[in-house]
Amino acid sequence: MADPAPPSLLPLWARGPLPVLAAIVALAAAQAVVGDSPFFIYIASLVGVNVVLAVSLNIVNGMTGQFSIGHAGFMAVGAYTSGVVSLALSEDAVSGIPVAASDQLFFLLSLLSGGAMAALFGFLVGLPSLRLRGDYLAIVTLGFGEIIRVIVQNTPALGAALGLSGVPQRASLFMVWFWVFVTVLVARRIAHSAHGRSLWAIREDEVAAEAMGVDTTSYKVRSFVVSSFFAGVAGGLFGHFVPIINPNSFTFVKSMEVVVMVVAGGLGSTTGAIVAAVALTLLPEVLRSAFTALGGGDAVLAQKVDQIRMPIYGLLLVALMLARPQGLFGTREVWDVLPRWLPRRRPGSPA
Amino acid sequence: MSDFIQHLINGIAAGTIYALVALGYTMVYGVLKLINFAHGDVMMVGTYLGYATAFQLGRAARTSLWGVLLIFLAAMAACALMGFVIERFAYRPLRDKPRLTALITAIGISFALSYGFQLDFGPLPGAAPRAFPEVIQPVEWLVIGDREVVVWNWQVISLLIAGLLMVSLQYLVFRTRFGRAMRAVSFDHRVAGLMGIPTDRVIAVTFMLGSALAAGAGILYAIKDTAVQPLMGLYIGLKAFVAAVVGGIGHVPGAMVGALLLGLIEEFVVGYTASSWREAVAFGVLILVLLVKPEGLFGRPAAEKV
Repeated sequence: MADPAPPSLLPLWARGPLPVLAAIVALAAAQAVVGDSPFFIYIASLVGVNVVLAVSLNIVNGMTGQFSIGHAGFMAVGAYTSGVVSLALSEDAVSGIPVAASDQLFFLLSLLSGGAMAALFGFLVGLPSLRLRGDYLAIVTLGFGEIIRVIVQNTPALGAALGLSGVPQRASLFMVWFWVFVTVLVARRIAHSAHGRSLWAIREDEVAAEAMGVDTTSYKVRSFVVSSFFAGVAGGLFGHFVPIINPNSFTFVKSMEVVVMVVAGGLGSTTGAIVAAVALTLLPEVLRSAFTALGGGDAVLAQKVDQIRMPIYGLLLVALMLARPQGLFGTREVWDVLPRWLPRRRPGSPA
Repeated sequence: MSDFIQHLINGIAAGTIYALVALGYTMVYGVLKLINFAHGDVMMVGTYLGYATAFQLGRAARTSLWGVLLIFLAAMAACALMGFVIERFAYRPLRDKPRLTALITAIGISFALSYGFQLDFGPLPGAAPRAFPEVIQPVEWLVIGDREVVVWNWQVISLLIAGLLMVSLQYLVFRTRFGRAMRAVSFDHRVAGLMGIPTDRVIAVTFMLGSALAAGAGILYAIKDTAVQPLMGLYIGLKAFVAAVVGGIGHVPGAMVGALLLGLIEEFVVGYTASSWREAVAFGVLILVLLVKPEGLFGRPAAEKV
């Protein structure tokens, strides 16, 4: 269960806009410091996108206790929508401001439209399936993810099986990690709001929650829509740093990857999802580099990493459920499990 | 008109395959209230085992009656064993945990099986899409007009097998001692245990039956489609699940009716629009059923027990 809201260290007037402003300054500074090694930027962007996906999926799978396994479908909706918007606007610019600024403005617009479209789909998919018990959502979202892919592959306007190319490469580390920040902020705010309490109640016992006056369907659909929105934004970000938006990037495998991140991190733990997302994104990259180095540049061995990753994810899920069904952190956040000698963020809270 | 009849026949043929898989789904759901996500992948493994057996038998032996029987029996027995192992080591320890835990486990097994079979090592290297050998010689069983309507022998055989299996399952569930135990476990497995019913054994046997059925369905499917590939279980499993929901999950004849209905709808939509929409049909049907009649055609609306 969620602990009561921690007493904040910040004075009241600073709690609203200040963290956002601070984050923007910090990210801009980080952007300037890390330089422009393409590989580093690619990996860091990928990590960021996966964190957004995992944290947003955690709102549904962790906090609300439902089980969606079609997150990649919403990501695809966001990627294609924002890609099409960006393509349509790629020749235009807002007059009176620098071109780069106008580009970023349009990028933000395309991300928001991608998120909005994904949220709409989330509503359409979630409403019928969330009225029923949890298992249905799993199947419906799985089906939805596959159907989106089939539809895209059959739509020439979206590049069909070849993918959508020529989307302007507007993503920057700043933009990616700004959205990471926004997603985490929203997830944390939801967790500690009255709204979030209703979600936790649904997770613990749907019948009891309903008896206490929680409109369970409405709350479930709302959390699903929020989660889909961020999946769409993540897709939009992804679509603006890969050369081609390809339908094969959004298969069941991608959905499972995110599910494994959420389950491994702990169903209901935002920081757990972040840790798992970072670790599980970096691990294959590290292994691939290691194998390439070991095999003397032998690409075959490195390809095995990708192949073997997926069955291992499956077995990992089974092993986790058998040994530690609550995941690494359970519903606790990372600072709840830090060693005792470290200064506590929340003195007196159960560790 | 002949177009219509041909679609009708093809739809029923597709539906019978879904029916065989859906029967397993619905049976396991009946006793455990668990959506056995890995069911379609058990079917995939069964099909590969059938493929391996047929390959070992050689061309002459595998088309003889005994060869065909051996292929089916070997695959079904191996899958029953696999179903037993999965139930014993993955689902049984979680039986009293929250339902979500078992569902996640099932998804994990499904994923491990379907992608494990794509690995580049092991006895069936790569497990790339393969052509299933023709164990039943395709014979035109009925031809109307100038080949306007063609009924193949395997379509008739599949339908007969599916019908026979459904009737025997119905008999098993409602007319035998074991069936009574199954229904008791389905109603409340704790109380059933207190009444002296060997709950574990009943659930294990149900699992084995379902898995064996899936293996048989897989081979029948492969004879029709001749393609075996590691991800086939995912799609057929999904459709079979939709069929089971349409008929009312947990209801044996309902699964059969739902599957035939789904096969027909799919065939007609594809026949009169474009084949690329095949995958979208089942999903659309599922959403529609969940919106209008979530308990399915024959199911009873279940109130959540507290």
